[in-house]
Amino acid sequence: MDIVYLLIPVSLVFVGLIAWVLVWAVRSGQFDDMEGPAHSILMDDDTPHVAPEHDATEKKE
Amino acid sequence: MSDSPGLSGAPSFCCFHCGLPVPPGADYPVRFENTEQHTCCRGCQAVAQTIIDAGQGAYYHHRTALPATPQLAVEELKALGLYDLPEIQESFVKVEADNVREAALILENIVCAACIWLNERHIASLPGVLSVEINYATRRARVRWDAARIKLSDILKAVADIGYVAHPFDPGRQEELFRRERNTAIKRLAIAGLGMMQVMMYALPTYTATDMTDDIRALMRWASLVLTIPVILYSAWPFFLGAWRDVKRRTLGMDVPVALGIGSAFLASVYATFAGHGEVYYDSITMFVFFLLTGRFLEMNARRRAGAAVEELVKLIPAATTRLPRYPAREEEKIPVARLAAGDVILVRPGETIPADGTVIDGASTVSEAMLTGESRPVGKQIDSPVVGGTINQSSPLVIRVEKVGADTRLAAIVRLLDRAQSEKPRIGQLADRAAAWFVALLLVVTAGVAAVWYVLDPSRVLWITVSILVVTCPCALGLATPAALTAATGRLTRLGLLTTRGHALETLARATDLVFDKTGTLTYGRLTLRRLVADGDRDARTLGALAAALEAGSEHPIARALRQADAAASPPPAPVIASELRNHPGLGVEGLIDGRRYRLGTSAFVAALAGASAAAPPADEEMTWVALGGEDGFLGWFGLADSPRADAASALKAIGRAGITVHLLSGDGGKTVAATARQLGIAHWRGDAQPEAKLEYVKALQAQGRIVAMVGDGINDAPVLAAAAVSIAMGEGADVAQAAADMIMLGPRLTTLADGIAVARKTHRVIRQNLAWALAYNLVAIPAAALGYVTPWMAGIGMSASSLLVVLNALRLSDFKAGTPSDPEPILVNA
Repeated sequence: MDIVYLLIPVSLVFVGLIAWVLVWAVRSGQFDDMEGPAHSILMDDDTPHVAPEHDATEKKE
Repeated sequence: MSDSPGLSGAPSFCCFHCGLPVPPGADYPVRFENTEQHTCCRGCQAVAQTIIDAGQGAYYHHRTALPATPQLAVEELKALGLYDLPEIQESFVKVEADNVREAALILENIVCAACIWLNERHIASLPGVLSVEINYATRRARVRWDAARIKLSDILKAVADIGYVAHPFDPGRQEELFRRERNTAIKRLAIAGLGMMQVMMYALPTYTATDMTDDIRALMRWASLVLTIPVILYSAWPFFLGAWRDVKRRTLGMDVPVALGIGSAFLASVYATFAGHGEVYYDSITMFVFFLLTGRFLEMNARRRAGAAVEELVKLIPAATTRLPRYPAREEEKIPVARLAAGDVILVRPGETIPADGTVIDGASTVSEAMLTGESRPVGKQIDSPVVGGTINQSSPLVIRVEKVGADTRLAAIVRLLDRAQSEKPRIGQLADRAAAWFVALLLVVTAGVAAVWYVLDPSRVLWITVSILVVTCPCALGLATPAALTAATGRLTRLGLLTTRGHALETLARATDLVFDKTGTLTYGRLTLRRLVADGDRDARTLGALAAALEAGSEHPIARALRQADAAASPPPAPVIASELRNHPGLGVEGLIDGRRYRLGTSAFVAALAGASAAAPPADEEMTWVALGGEDGFLGWFGLADSPRADAASALKAIGRAGITVHLLSGDGGKTVAATARQLGIAHWRGDAQPEAKLEYVKALQAQGRIVAMVGDGINDAPVLAAAAVSIAMGEGADVAQAAADMIMLGPRLTTLADGIAVARKTHRVIRQNLAWALAYNLVAIPAAALGYVTPWMAGIGMSASSLLVVLNALRLSDFKAGTPSDPEPILVNA
């Protein structure tokens, strides 16, 4: 049971750490926009710049 | 995105970047994905080139709406340099360590998520920019940069280079306030949640373990205390603050019992921890605070949603607009809407929002007024048409002379009135407020009594039973019941096109038994239309129509307008007929020469004088105005004209009738006309030739029978009658909203909004009643249960939070009300 004397302080430290991370997340605006990230994930720039056959003039019909 | 494939490449005669037509002779090509594309001007060419060169051409595939034509005015770029001056930066730039600066910018011309992507990429790629985040919902960008490596004006210029406008965001705005409030709430909630979870971890073994030594138990208690302190001092702080405020003002709010409950439980636990004996309640305290904060947080968001209508209206006005300072010269300048003045001439492109009230002086287009009137069909606008700020130009550019700006606009008046209505509490709400205050006082007395009784019976249970009672009661549900429902309902109604200007209006409308229409014009279009054409013999009706329209070509008389409109609408269109030597004989008719033959249009005697025949009798239908057409060789035909009921009048009245409301029609018009309208619409109670005094008497007589009268009028000429009614509704279409002295104002042309209004009012009434009943029932059950010791403090915390949340969510149902009767299909409305 002696391990409890160590585990309880350790758990306190962990809670403190998590609380700090949460507060940091709020401060840095992680909770500001609940809508935009859902869109931005669809628009990554790893699509090739020149996509042949995907040309603007062809899309008009 | 897939629903608008044309957007990635507008047709070749349209500008590749902005979609406007490419003027003949313009040659501003750009190369995109191995194909030559044409743009309409140097600005668009530069922007498109910048985007493609930066490797961000994917934008043209992803975008879902066309951007505005870029404004690269030289003066404006120079003006951006002003933002580098420290004294100007002072107001909106946050100075961090060393050279790091942070500013909030508003981005304009953001039309879709692809714009956000483009801007984020582009700004982030600038050397010296440390971070950039753009909020899609609010269009606000937060940029951090190193002042030693880049100037703010360079960032703003970079944004302008890709066709957007960025300008500093005013930090004093409400939005920012809400954001901070929300972030604080999340932080408080997070701390309370973590504390709750961990304290529960320590508490559980002490409840279940049988072989725990005393020093481990003590260690757990101390650990719990350490975790509870931040929960009390940070998370629960608003409750103590609120309670302290209440005590100082000698009022009793809901924070007082909560603070008392938390405070006493905490102090007792601290004492037990130090003394080493007695009960601790850390788990209950933290859980209670967590549930309470969760309830408040959800409620805060729900309330914001319920009150979003006003904010949405305010947001309708754009931040910047295009002014034509030397109209009719076409040179443009971009200015903030705040600097617009009456008399300015502005250019509004398709897709842009009209920033102020004014009159069209050039161009023809359709405008969506849905946000203001609830009318979903676009309204046609041409020269001399009035336009209202906050509506959206749809099809082609409009040049507008501004007449009213800022606080004088129709939109500002609507917002003011709505604010007033939402801040006024009807009787039932005031009653609930007073009851809530008494309730708290009573509660404290009862709690003291219960505590005394339990002290005698079982002193060990006194504390948590007292805490439970204090916590479980929910006077806030009582206080929230009415305002939450009213805010949600008035917001929804405004979006449907019925503006509530008085707090009591909804309550009274819900109880109304009679609906009195004060004018024929409220039910009809108020203008003549051609209803019947009786051709003499076997003549072609279309030809007659064309002849009549030609004869009336120059006249602005209502009859002339109706005949011309009917002719223009005929299909297939008749061959154009031109009349010459037109002469107007006032009171009789018009005369003119067509293809060398003389024609007359007017009264039967006037026409008979030319036709030679004796005056023929008009067809037997006295509800119409009959006009005769004749030539030198005799009568040709008759035109029957009448004012027609609005397309949706019948369905609206049917819906109102179904709601059990008797409809009356009072009108100053002639008895026959009123009778015809009443018969067409199935109105049983009507009176024609009614003077204002007669109308007033009629309403008073109804009221003497105990009826509750709702009155519909135009809101300006009939103020006394409207004032006499229990609730008055003005048809504010086009009229001055601010002057209409009515409890409610119809903003759009649809009569069905009246039926919707009654339905929403009744539903609101029900919701308020449900909320009050719930608040009462909950407290009546919960307090005795707590007093008898059946409720632990954490259960009390859940109960109370759930109770107030339920009230707000119930009210929120009102904001999802679906309009009952869809508007009848009709061609685009034209108000000239």
